[in-house]
Amino acid sequence: MADPKPKDVLFDPILNKNPIALLVLGICSALAVTSKLDTAFVMSVCVIIVTGLSSASVSFIRNHIPNSIRIAVQITIIATMVILVDQILQALLFDISKQLSVFVSLIITNCIVMGRAEGFAMKNGPWLSFLDGVGNGVGYSAILICVAFVRELFGSGTLFGVEILKLKSNGGWYVHDGMLLLPASAFFLIGLLIFAIRSIRPAQIEED
Amino acid sequence: MSRESTSKTVFVATALAVVCSVLVSTAAVGLRDMQQANKLLEKQKNILMAAGLYEPDINVTEAFKACKPKVVNLETGEYVPEDEVDPATYDQREAASNPELSVKIPEEKDLPRIGRRAKYALVYSVEKDGQLDQIILPIKGNGLWSTMYGFLALDKDGETVRGVTFYEHAETAGLGGEVSNPKWNAKWVGKKIYGSAHEVEFRVMKGEVVAGSKNEDSSVDGLSGATLTSNGVTNLMQYWLGEQGFGPYLEKIRKGGGNG
Repeated sequence: MADPKPKDVLFDPILNKNPIALLVLGICSALAVTSKLDTAFVMSVCVIIVTGLSSASVSFIRNHIPNSIRIAVQITIIATMVILVDQILQALLFDISKQLSVFVSLIITNCIVMGRAEGFAMKNGPWLSFLDGVGNGVGYSAILICVAFVRELFGSGTLFGVEILKLKSNGGWYVHDGMLLLPASAFFLIGLLIFAIRSIRPAQIEED
Repeated sequence: MSRESTSKTVFVATALAVVCSVLVSTAAVGLRDMQQANKLLEKQKNILMAAGLYEPDINVTEAFKACKPKVVNLETGEYVPEDEVDPATYDQREAASNPELSVKIPEEKDLPRIGRRAKYALVYSVEKDGQLDQIILPIKGNGLWSTMYGFLALDKDGETVRGVTFYEHAETAGLGGEVSNPKWNAKWVGKKIYGSAHEVEFRVMKGEVVAGSKNEDSSVDGLSGATLTSNGVTNLMQYWLGEQGFGPYLEKIRKGGGNG
């Protein structure tokens, strides 16, 4: 494999190799936190920080990690990063940390983080791994924000909590679509996004 | 030392564990004060919400000064003198698990399935023009998965609900989790707790309250898809407002006491 270029490593995961759209990883949390833009946004920032830092740290000690315990080492590093992020959120952004509740700690089980640590950081240097982690975090976030945008706008008539479409229950004209507030609706939206991305980039279509 | 040798494996595992635990514990200890301040603010906010005194963007600490903490002896319904138990520092949740400060609830009376309850409860009174206006009682009980903690604000008549909040629970989000939905909480306002013989009549219905039915005044709509959580709320209300809970205290309030 040729040496990856920093620019490709950072930007490829956003459209060309999107972790959700191409690899279909990290779906669980994408369903859970996308009913509102602000939770989706904070979740995105947390995931970017965690993937970036954990990939960098794993890569930093990659030459010392014994093969037999490498998964355990990776998960310990990831868990530490996630706990740090969670603690800082609880101290500084308490309201949002309450809404995200268990999902912050569940970043540990987000396959993207572990996937990048095992798939990329174990073979590349810390700087590239950091960029790769950040890039994948951003790719995940892009999908999250798109889904949350649609769900919040048509589900509650707001964006970032600011009223855009005046709801009928508040004396306006818009009848909100309650189904979009249910987690299952994110499946449809992610499906449509994958459809759109693969229409633009037919190379991503898997062959039977 | 080769990378795959046992000693290297043990060394890497130990070093990593030490570094990670130092990081985690530093963060936990260093941020604890801020996190606790947040929790306190959150609790005060919920008390204000139960009392109907909360509006977005108010200064919670400032507004909370209207709520005066008082310690009540649940058995007698009397206030405990401040030099005996200081309301500012009394922690009812901690007391409930301290054998000296709590009593075991007899099994047949333990509707909310909480096992023990503190001897003293921390209530908040809100005055208006020098007169008692409402009192805010801490309530807790088990729902389906978790212990639900909340505050119930009662009018000075000791039986009309002024507001309720549940600020801590781990019920199913979207179903039982709706106990903390302000829209559902708003349905409680104005409901009567007691029947004609001062027995607790308040109930969370299964389904909706039928307008004009005889229980209309003392029941609220059930949470759909969450019968066990709804039952849990009924049970904890039956318990905390009955003889075992705030019954004796509320009786004194009804008779015009509670200003002490």
